[in-house]
Amino acid sequence: MSFHPNDVARRARAATALVGGVLLFLVGAFFRTQVIRNQQWVLQSEENRLREVPLPAPRGIIYDRSGRVIAENVVGYTVSLLVQSADSLQATLDRLGGTITLTPAQVSAAMSRFRRNPARPTVILPEATFDQISVLEEHRIDFPNLIIQSSPKRFYPDSTAVAPLVGYTSEVSEADLANPKFEGYKPGQQIGKRGLEREYENVLRGREGSRFVEVDARGRVVREVGARADLEPRQGTPLYTNIDLDLQDYVASIFGDSLQGGAVAMEPRTGGVLALYSAPSWNPNRFIGGVSASYFDSLRTDPRRPLYNKAVQGQYPPGSTWKLATAVVALENNLVTMDEQMPQPCRGSYYFGNRAWKCWDPRGHGSLTLAGAIEKSCDVYFYQLGLRMGLSKLIAGGVSLGFTSKTGIDLPDENRQRFPDQLQYFNERYGPRGWTQAAAVMNMSIGQGENSQTVLSMARFYSALAENGMAPVPEIANKAPQRTQIFQLSQAQEDGLRQALMGVVQAGGTAASAQIKGVVLAGKTGTAQSGTYRNGREENHAWFAGFAPADDPKIVVVVMIEFGGHGTRAAQIASKIIGHYLHTATTSLVQTDG
Amino acid sequence: MSAPRRITLDWPLVLSALALSVFGIAVVYSAGQTDVPTFVARLYKVQIGWFVLGLCAAYGVSRASVRLIEWVTVPAYIATIVVLMLLLVIGKGAGTAASTKSWLAIGGFRLGQPAELAKITVVMMLAKVLAANKSAPRSLMELWKPALIVGVPWLLIMAQPDLGTGIVFVGIFFGMLFWSGISWQLLLLIASPVVSLVLAFSTSIWGAWFLLLLALVIWYRPYLWEGVFVVAANVVMGVIAPLLWESLKPYQQARLRVFLDPSTDPRHTGYHVIQSQVAIGSGGWFGKGYTMGTQKRLAFLPAQHTDFIFSVVGEELGFIGVTLAIALFASLFLRTVRVASRANDAYSSLVAFGLLSSWFVHVVENIGMTLNLMPVTGIPLPFFSYGGSFMFASWLAVGILARISSEGRGAQFGQFAV
Repeated sequence: MSFHPNDVARRARAATALVGGVLLFLVGAFFRTQVIRNQQWVLQSEENRLREVPLPAPRGIIYDRSGRVIAENVVGYTVSLLVQSADSLQATLDRLGGTITLTPAQVSAAMSRFRRNPARPTVILPEATFDQISVLEEHRIDFPNLIIQSSPKRFYPDSTAVAPLVGYTSEVSEADLANPKFEGYKPGQQIGKRGLEREYENVLRGREGSRFVEVDARGRVVREVGARADLEPRQGTPLYTNIDLDLQDYVASIFGDSLQGGAVAMEPRTGGVLALYSAPSWNPNRFIGGVSASYFDSLRTDPRRPLYNKAVQGQYPPGSTWKLATAVVALENNLVTMDEQMPQPCRGSYYFGNRAWKCWDPRGHGSLTLAGAIEKSCDVYFYQLGLRMGLSKLIAGGVSLGFTSKTGIDLPDENRQRFPDQLQYFNERYGPRGWTQAAAVMNMSIGQGENSQTVLSMARFYSALAENGMAPVPEIANKAPQRTQIFQLSQAQEDGLRQALMGVVQAGGTAASAQIKGVVLAGKTGTAQSGTYRNGREENHAWFAGFAPADDPKIVVVVMIEFGGHGTRAAQIASKIIGHYLHTATTSLVQTDG
Repeated sequence: MSAPRRITLDWPLVLSALALSVFGIAVVYSAGQTDVPTFVARLYKVQIGWFVLGLCAAYGVSRASVRLIEWVTVPAYIATIVVLMLLLVIGKGAGTAASTKSWLAIGGFRLGQPAELAKITVVMMLAKVLAANKSAPRSLMELWKPALIVGVPWLLIMAQPDLGTGIVFVGIFFGMLFWSGISWQLLLLIASPVVSLVLAFSTSIWGAWFLLLLALVIWYRPYLWEGVFVVAANVVMGVIAPLLWESLKPYQQARLRVFLDPSTDPRHTGYHVIQSQVAIGSGGWFGKGYTMGTQKRLAFLPAQHTDFIFSVVGEELGFIGVTLAIALFASLFLRTVRVASRANDAYSSLVAFGLLSSWFVHVVENIGMTLNLMPVTGIPLPFFSYGGSFMFASWLAVGILARISSEGRGAQFGQFAV
């Protein structure tokens, strides 16, 4: 080599410059990564090590009108797994199966939750029992990716009594997740399924919080607390309702186990729903955390259809309770007065065309005024009134009284009533020659024929009867009342109708047994043909719709008993409900005919 | 009874190496501190053992005259070649490189990696040959001996296979040629086929390089046949590059691809580089605190005690710690340049610079790799990475350098007893 000191010194300078330059470049590169781009890498490092464990928010409490609890939250436990792949989830579930019992359904539910959202801890047991928790805590060391946490669980203290009203909550379903309305829901979260829980989901749900656990590269939970500050969940807004829980319980108790049907009690002035019940009911607490297949099947196969809300969804011919609608339409059109008698007195039946149209009472009612015909519920009178009016007027009147539109109650699943909105309906249904206007109008004027109403719809109409034609929107949640004028009668006509309805429940009326001591009750029975026969006899639906006190109505009650026979049965129940609400004892029941 | 021989000790050199070793062992200790403890937790003790052994060896070597070192050069080199050939038959794999034959083992006990010592003996042998000539090589013809000296062990090591060490040999070769005073043009001509090999993956870039090379050849005017040879070698390299690519093992191909874009394979090969960058980048100015690095604690950082040990420095001690470590390396390297430039004779000078070249390649490749500035080749970081042979060999090198320094110009005898 050339070893002259000058050469060596020159090369030493070059080497120094090279070494210094390269090392400085490295320092610069580290500065760029560690100082300038620090935030980006910090974020990635946090993503690496922290896993978000959702803290479910307690749902809002549901209160009745006096602050009593309809739905609340109690402490429950959920068990989840933090896994990185479906394979490791399956493997962990297999191993868990040796420690606690897991049904194949639970395993497949867990797998589908993971597939839906792999980043969230996969819920294995949404509703773990205390025994399961203690077993799992013992084997903690074997399952380093197991997360056990307490989570609020819905509870309905009044259970079956409030079920048709409040609904229940359960894990959000695949269908809900696919629904844009529930965007932002994640698998494993709770969602309202029916009733108020569903209707007011947005109010009640609250905001989920987060807790952060630290995991290592293999997904094992290394540190449970303190990895990062928790985000506290925020409880849902409480829901204050118009429900009178005491009355609701009472209604449920009267229906008991034997009766099936629906009932609504509401304030006629505000539309505030005091009680809403459908019998037979079901136990909403058994739905929390996942309903068992056996219980759900028993409800589904029960011929009395417990899950079908008979007050909101059920459509039944309204029978004689609808005669008031016929009367209102006729009075509004000035086709009749309260004192007017029909040409033919009632002799048990009315001959029209080539057949006899029967009155419910074969003995006949003789000659009646409109008031009397309402009291006695005389079919013959209303046949003639219907014929006088004609089908077009009756249908138009029914439409403007709201019999074709939902009441707008704040419950999901309200069914639209069945009522023709124009004559064309009959042509389409029966063909232009398959029906006559006369037969249709006669049937419809007594609440039969092409007319099926919900209990709720009748409650709205009777509220309007109590409130001079002002029909409120039934409202369960406590909010500003909404009312619309659906008919307008003179004061004299109003009073006449009220008197007639009072007559119904006085001795001699069809619902004399429903009379309440000290309170004047106004109401109308109905016995509607169901089209269902048993032992050769048609099983009728029993209706009663009414309000009390008659001079200052505070409560409207509509009761419908499926296959309940004559309307008086419904009237008895309704009068008990009213009596309970107005704190008045009912009089001894007078058995009347019809 | 003769008085103990007194030599001056190159304190800056030795202190730099000592500081790096202590720093390194501290980081090896930290690398073992994971939330789920592994075997790594106790490795720092082994590393301390090798450190002490290396200190003894360094002391021993520093007592030997440079002439003695020069005298053992040829036998040591021959022994190295024999051992490396033997390794291809009886070598064992270990750790992350289980399929290679880098380890010398007797009765199942792994003694060490002879390649680490080979780096030193090759430096010594190359120094001896280059020092023998009065002037630096001026033509390719004169380079056949140096090429042979490095080439034989290089091929043996590439056959293990150990790409990382192979690269170090190339670095030693070029570094020492530079120090021998070879003209930069000739250095470039020698290097040109390798450059062609790399650039051949893009035809246009390779074409530009080829034109540049032609210009260089015309300007430098080597012997005609040399010029033809260099140009031909470049053409051949450009042509066989794709074939060579095909012959690479899939994992080797993946490493190179990942170097260009780690996100092509974020789960496997790219994972190391990405997690290393996450660890370093999240360290910030001052780091997450000694032993507190989450990437390391939670095992996101792979090979945290060996190849990626510098990522632990970055994560736990931050930019400050990184700068300190690089400053210590700079101090060691610049002191070694000084040792080389003040050495008494050509042999010592070349040995010193050869050892520097070896370290420098290690440091640049290893640290560059943690930031994805270099492809991942599994090359350790001197004084830091866990590994006995390398620690031992590094301190052996420090011993040699200390001796060369004490015999060099400006050194004063008799000041310190060592």
